[in-house]
Amino acid sequence: MSLMEFVFRRLAAMIPVVIGVTLCMFLISHAIAGDPAIMIAGPRASAETLETIRRTHGLDQPLYKQYFRYLSDISRGYLGESIRNRRPVLQDLKVFFPATLELTLASMLFCLLLGLPLGVLAAVRRNRLADHLTRLFSVIGVSTPVFWLGLMLLLLFYRHLDILPGSGRISVQFAAPSAVTGLYLVDALLDGDLGLFRDAARHILLPAFCLSYVYLAIITRIVRSSLIDSLEQDYIVTARANGLPEWRVVGLHAFKNSLIPTITIVGLSFGELLGGAILTETIFNWPGMGKYVVDSANYLDYPAIMAVALVSSLAYVLLNLLVDVFYALVNPQIRY
Amino acid sequence: MPWSIRKSGIDGRKAWPVPGSALWLLLRNPSAVAGGGIVLFMALMAVLAPWLAPYDPNALNLAARLQAPSLAHWFGTDEMGRDLLSRVVFGARVSLVIGLVVIILAGGLGTLAGASAGYLGGRFDNVVMRVMDVILSFPSLVLAMALAAALGPSLKNAILAVAFTQVPKFARLARGEALNIRERLFIKAARVSGFSAPWIITRHVIPNCLATIMVLATLTVGETILVAASLSFIGLGAQPPTPEWGAIISVGRKFLLDQWWYPTFPGLFIVLTVVGYNILGDALRDVFDPRLRGGRL
Repeated sequence: MSLMEFVFRRLAAMIPVVIGVTLCMFLISHAIAGDPAIMIAGPRASAETLETIRRTHGLDQPLYKQYFRYLSDISRGYLGESIRNRRPVLQDLKVFFPATLELTLASMLFCLLLGLPLGVLAAVRRNRLADHLTRLFSVIGVSTPVFWLGLMLLLLFYRHLDILPGSGRISVQFAAPSAVTGLYLVDALLDGDLGLFRDAARHILLPAFCLSYVYLAIITRIVRSSLIDSLEQDYIVTARANGLPEWRVVGLHAFKNSLIPTITIVGLSFGELLGGAILTETIFNWPGMGKYVVDSANYLDYPAIMAVALVSSLAYVLLNLLVDVFYALVNPQIRY
Repeated sequence: MPWSIRKSGIDGRKAWPVPGSALWLLLRNPSAVAGGGIVLFMALMAVLAPWLAPYDPNALNLAARLQAPSLAHWFGTDEMGRDLLSRVVFGARVSLVIGLVVIILAGGLGTLAGASAGYLGGRFDNVVMRVMDVILSFPSLVLAMALAAALGPSLKNAILAVAFTQVPKFARLARGEALNIRERLFIKAARVSGFSAPWIITRHVIPNCLATIMVLATLTVGETILVAASLSFIGLGAQPPTPEWGAIISVGRKFLLDQWWYPTFPGLFIVLTVVGYNILGDALRDVFDPRLRGGRL
C-alpha cells in the first residue's frame, strides 16, 4: 500500500469519528443543555423572543432534522452566535486562535528541548541520582494542577523576583506586529523588530513553561523507558563490542530507535495542550481561545463554549491523523 | 523463599501479612508505602474533618479578614475571615467524594460495557467501542467543560461530566481482559452448562478483570481530582462557598499578589493528594500488573 493510499484510508476512517464528535456536541448542546432557545437568547429572554428564535433556528423541528441543519451550519463555517456580543463565534475564534497556536507551539518546544535531554539523562543514569530526580520531577508534573502551577510561577517570577512579565502577549508600549502569521514571535522577526521579539519572548516564557510541564513530565518518562528498551537490544551490544564511543551508541543508534513511541506521545500531547491552554491562558491573561472560553463560561455563553469544544476536538482528531501519517513516514514497517 | 520459611515456618506462628501475599508485596515496596500513606492520610483527614478543623469552615469573621498565617490561623484567613486551614481540611472530603463517585460511575459503567463488548463480540462490540473512540477523541478537559456547562454549573454535574470522560479507559481495558477470559475453560464450562450471557459476564468475566481494573482505578483518581478541580477553578464545578480546593483557588487567585497564602495552601493539598494516588497506582501496577506499563509514564 502506497503512502497516499494509506493517507486516504486514514482520512476515510476519520469520517465516522467526525460524525460521532459532531453528534456528541449536538446532543450536548441540543438535548442535555435544556432549552436551546434559552441557550441562544440567554436566560433573561422573553417568551416571544424564545418563540421567534425557535422558529428561525428550526428548533421546532424533529431532532434529526436539527442535527442535519447543525451539520450544514458547521460545514458553512457558522458556529453559532455569541450571547455576549452577538457576533458569530467563528469571527471571535479567528482573532483568538493565533495566540493559542503560538502558546501551544512554544510549549511543544519546551517539551522537546527539556524533555528529550532529561529522558536520555534518566535512561543513561538509570537508578542513579539523576534518574530519581527526573522521576520526582515527572511525578510532580503529572500531579500539579496547571492553574495552580501558573499562580506559583507568577508569585515567584513576577511578584518576588520581578524578572518576567505576568500577563498578556506584549508590553503596553509596543504595538502588535503586522499580522502575517498571527504569531507575534514570527511576525516580529519578519518586521525585523528585535526589541518587540525580545518583549514577546519574555511574555511567552512563563505561560509556555506552565502549559508544557505536564507533557514535559510525560515525554521525559516515555523517552526514558523507550531508550532503556533500545539500550538492551542486540545491535547496541554489537555497537559497543565494535568499540564505538558511548555518545555514538546512545546518541545515534539507541536514540533514533526510541523515537517512535516518543513521536506518538508528542503528537497526542499536542492535542491535549489545546485543552490545557484553557487554564494557562486564564492565569496569564493570554488572549487566546482558552481565555475566551473561560470568559464565556462565566457568562454561560453556551454557543461560544460549544464552538470552542467542537473546534478543539476536530483539531485533536486531525492531529491524530497527522501523527499517524508521520509515523508511517518515519517507520516504513508501519501500515495499518 | 528462605525468608518465608524463617518468618512463618519454623516457630509455627503465622506471620502477618502472609509472605508472598498482595499486602506483603506492597509493604515491601517503598513507593507503595509512601503513596498509600498519603492516600490514607487524606482519607483520614476527610473522615475526621469536623474534629480536625480548628474552626467552622464557613464561619465568617469579618474582623479577621485576609490575615497572614499565624498560630491562630495556620494557613491564614480568606476575604470573609474564614479559616483557610479548616476549609482545606474540609476540602479533603469534597475531593474524596469526587474521586470515589467518579471511579464508581466511570469504572462501573466502563467495565460493564467493555466486558460485555469483549465477551459478546460482533456488532455490539463494534458499536460500543466506536462510541468509546468518539469520547476519546475529545481532549478530556474540553469535553468535561462542555458537558458541565450544558448540565449547569454545580459540583454534582461536574462529577457526572468528569465520570463520562473517564468511561472509555475502563471500557477498553475491560474489553481486552474479557477477550482473554472468554477463551478460558471455565467460561466454556459455564456456557455449556446453560448459563446466560449476562450471568456469565457479571459472575465470571467481570470478577476476573477486577484486579487490573482496580489498578487503573487508582491511577485514574489523581487525574479525576485534577480535572474536577480545574472545572471548579473555571467556575463550572463546585460553587463558592463550598470548601472545594479548586473553587478556593479560583477565588483566592484575585489575592495572589498580596495574600500569597490564600491560593497556595489548597493547591499544595491538591498536589499532595494526586502525587499520593499516582505513586500508589504506579506501585500497584508494578507489583500486580506489569502489562499495563506501556500505557502510561
